[in-house]
Amino acid sequence: MSTMIRPALSLLVLMTLITGVAYPLVVTGVAQVAFPDQANGSLVRDADGKVRGSSLIAQDFVGDAWFHPRPSAGAFATVSSSASNLSPSNPALATRVIDDANKLLVPGQGPVPLAMVTTSGSGLDPHLPPAAIAYQLARVAAARNLPVSTLQQLLDAHIEQPLVGPPVVNVLALNIALEKL
Amino acid sequence: MHSYDYWLILAFFAVVLVPAPFLGRFYYKVMEGQRTWLTPILGPVERGCYRVAGVDPQAEQSWQKYTLALLAFNLAGFLLLFAILLFQDHLPLNPQNLPGQEWTLAFNTAVSFMTNTNWQAYSGEASLSYLSQMVGLTVQNFVSAATGLAVLVALCRGIGRKSTKTLGNFWVDMTRATLYGLLPLCLLLALYLVWQGVPQTFAQYVNAVTLQGVDQVIPLGPAASQIAIKQLGTNGGGFFGVNSAHPFENPTAWSNLFEVGSIILIPVALVFTFGHYVKDLRQSRAIIACMLTLFLIGGATSLWAEYQPNPTLNNVAVEQTAPLEGKEARFGTTATVLWSVTTTAASNGSVNGMHDSLNPLSGMVALVNMMVGEVIFGGVGAGLYGMLLNVLIAVFLAGLMIGRTPEYLGKKLQAKEVQLLVVTLLVMPVGVLVLGAIAASLPGPVAAVSNPGPHGFSQLLYAYTSASANNGSAFGGFGANTAFHNLMLGLGMLIGRFGYILPVLALAGSLAMKKTAPIGQNSFPTHGPLFVTLLTVTILLVGGLTFLPTLALGPIAEHLSMGF
Repeated sequence: MSTMIRPALSLLVLMTLITGVAYPLVVTGVAQVAFPDQANGSLVRDADGKVRGSSLIAQDFVGDAWFHPRPSAGAFATVSSSASNLSPSNPALATRVIDDANKLLVPGQGPVPLAMVTTSGSGLDPHLPPAAIAYQLARVAAARNLPVSTLQQLLDAHIEQPLVGPPVVNVLALNIALEKL
Repeated sequence: MHSYDYWLILAFFAVVLVPAPFLGRFYYKVMEGQRTWLTPILGPVERGCYRVAGVDPQAEQSWQKYTLALLAFNLAGFLLLFAILLFQDHLPLNPQNLPGQEWTLAFNTAVSFMTNTNWQAYSGEASLSYLSQMVGLTVQNFVSAATGLAVLVALCRGIGRKSTKTLGNFWVDMTRATLYGLLPLCLLLALYLVWQGVPQTFAQYVNAVTLQGVDQVIPLGPAASQIAIKQLGTNGGGFFGVNSAHPFENPTAWSNLFEVGSIILIPVALVFTFGHYVKDLRQSRAIIACMLTLFLIGGATSLWAEYQPNPTLNNVAVEQTAPLEGKEARFGTTATVLWSVTTTAASNGSVNGMHDSLNPLSGMVALVNMMVGEVIFGGVGAGLYGMLLNVLIAVFLAGLMIGRTPEYLGKKLQAKEVQLLVVTLLVMPVGVLVLGAIAASLPGPVAAVSNPGPHGFSQLLYAYTSASANNGSAFGGFGANTAFHNLMLGLGMLIGRFGYILPVLALAGSLAMKKTAPIGQNSFPTHGPLFVTLLTVTILLVGGLTFLPTLALGPIAEHLSMGF
């Protein structure tokens, strides 16, 4: 056994130095030079340079004048992030969806998009499908006294369509653009 | 399904299958100490490690010595990590001043990362310092994967060599697997992930004021470096609590593609490595064919199940489409299903959506993938040595059917080998059914269940299956952070890890000592469609039937009760 102790301990220390210290330091060094914006959290700053959030982390928006993100199981808490973990058969899920759908239903616009009444895996989902934004256009337009067509153009300009994923709209980016209109 | 769903599936298979033959050959050369294009850079580091550790890279070990070295190294790693987690409040790099972990949680976490399970009963951003994440967890992410790879090459040598007592040198195999096998790929993936938006910094959390004037804390950290190895090393332990569902851990559809591909990139390649060891790549193609068949059956079932709208919302004024509870908008249904199937086929356990909220039958596919022992590609090293056990069982069954001594690649399987195989067959049943039954029959532990009805049973079943299979994913509502579950699940992980490793190394030692009989006309070929079929059926029967009653009580009962 004693012949095992030296290699076990020294290789553990060496691997700790290589994979636990050198490797993250190298990645950090390169990342901070090559992609400083992303490496530091994709922060969104206002004209004064104050941090107003991260383009990747959802913010809660209330009131008719803003586009609302998906509901959050963790009330948009970032430390720590959490999900509802409700099973599809759990009556609590159906009850919550029915309540929310009744509040959000807009007569004449068809059924409520599912993304607007379901919580995401992270509770911090920054995106909505374009249809879920379109469903809110009339409300935001009325609250801001803007023509729906203007908002429709804003929405169209914010749709991201990757080749390997569904089309999405970043709600924070959209609301920032909305504020500047 | 839309065109982007098909593109994703196509790109996924391209990412994992195209590099596999080349990467597999690279791993063979690296593990056998042959020169590769990385040798000029990493060779000096490797030799330096041996010098400090007092290891002679030419000295080979018997299977007993190899096992002892592996156990000593794993024990030392466990103790170091356990200590770091307990005392992180007294250690540097803790800008949020987080307290040390409670001891049963620290035990559970240390076992979890040492065994390549990465079950997490805590939330990273709220309870772990940067030092714990980096020096503690990241290191075990590397060396637990390297340990799996070492065990696999020991078994490959056992099958490929003849009349020898030695299987290689654990210290050398572990060092080479880490330096050449994991580090370079991790560097590439980590930087790609930062480009896509994953943070990589030592600065403390940022305080923001939202557009509507609410305070918001933005958690940061050296995330990308850890996420790269947690995917490539089939570890799965997230930097953030909700794992790769977190927009910082998996920001885009593109980061998602490469993260999910990384889960089985190395396991697929290692099947080719095996082919090089036994000098017969037809064996690799047969095993890949079996793995792909099982993967496609699971994937298609899960996709079909998950695209069914939730029947309990039939009469509600919401879109009747595939459920989105627990899913991220940027991934959608196909990417979430693809991930859930891949992460449980391999022993990864990371998630990009919440498995607890999957439709019952998609959740069941995840369970079945783990219950068959995670041999559908499986963990780094662990998947293929598990699969080779199934190959030997299939060969044994074929031998019984045709009434001849079973032989695999010229090696006779005799009583001793079959006894060792039977031991490995007991691992999952003991871990899932025995430990799970104890937990399910005590009122305290059952309180961890958060959903009513059959799904509640599924949650408990999933936890014990995930631990024993060294997976680490969860039906996340299960309140696992109690002293009972921390210790029991820790035990399950130890059984699931060493219950395979010890018999596999003994088997390797026993096979290495045998002569290789020439493969004659009468040998049962193990590379044709007939054998692939036999192997596939063996896996489903041996693994699947054991657990069928529990599936009937959990996901199947839930599915039927919902009126799909």
